[in-house]
Amino acid sequence: MSELREKIRDVIETEPVVLFMKGTPRLIMCGNSDRALQALRALGAPVTSIDVLGDPQIRQELSSLSGWPTIPQVFVKGELVGGADIVQELAESGELGATLSSRLGDDYATGEERVVDLLTPAR
Amino acid sequence: MPAATPTRSLELLLERAFPDAAEVRVVDRTGGGDHFQAIVTSDRFAGLPLVEQHRLVYDALAEPLADGTIHELRIRTRGPA
Repeated sequence: MSELREKIRDVIETEPVVLFMKGTPRLIMCGNSDRALQALRALGAPVTSIDVLGDPQIRQELSSLSGWPTIPQVFVKGELVGGADIVQELAESGELGATLSSRLGDDYATGEERVVDLLTPAR
Repeated sequence: MPAATPTRSLELLLERAFPDAAEVRVVDRTGGGDHFQAIVTSDRFAGLPLVEQHRLVYDALAEPLADGTIHELRIRTRGPA
């Protein structure tokens, strides 16, 4: 498996909530990425985000891992929840909060946000 | 028969993938011919989590997604009432 794919898999499996998006939470480059981020923020979910615009390879490796062709993609505890439509729909129905509580515990809402850069080697 | 509009061509793909669908509708959300909303209501979604329902729609539209016909796609799926 390519090194980049392994890094992607590691982040998905270790971070509680991962948002692969276009841009970063401070510089959002796409409406759908924004929709997913706002749905997570509304619940105070911890969000570890990865900017797929950093390198087109990220998107290819991610989609081959997740089988999901578009961006954004949201994972909770290693499992794909979906893209912007699903995350928004689940937020509106209350299911997203329930999923976060059941997988991360009722105290999940830390509201922490972290940007992970897959390209620069971790020192 | 005049060439199908992008919207109609996507509907045809979905109708072929979901022949039993109670509803297949594609809306050009911005009028620019590349930002679409797809709405599919089909018994095939019964008992499937949303992720799998949307994955079936993505599979049906894999080609226009890959070749750039679709720049942005919003999906709404519903199972049987």
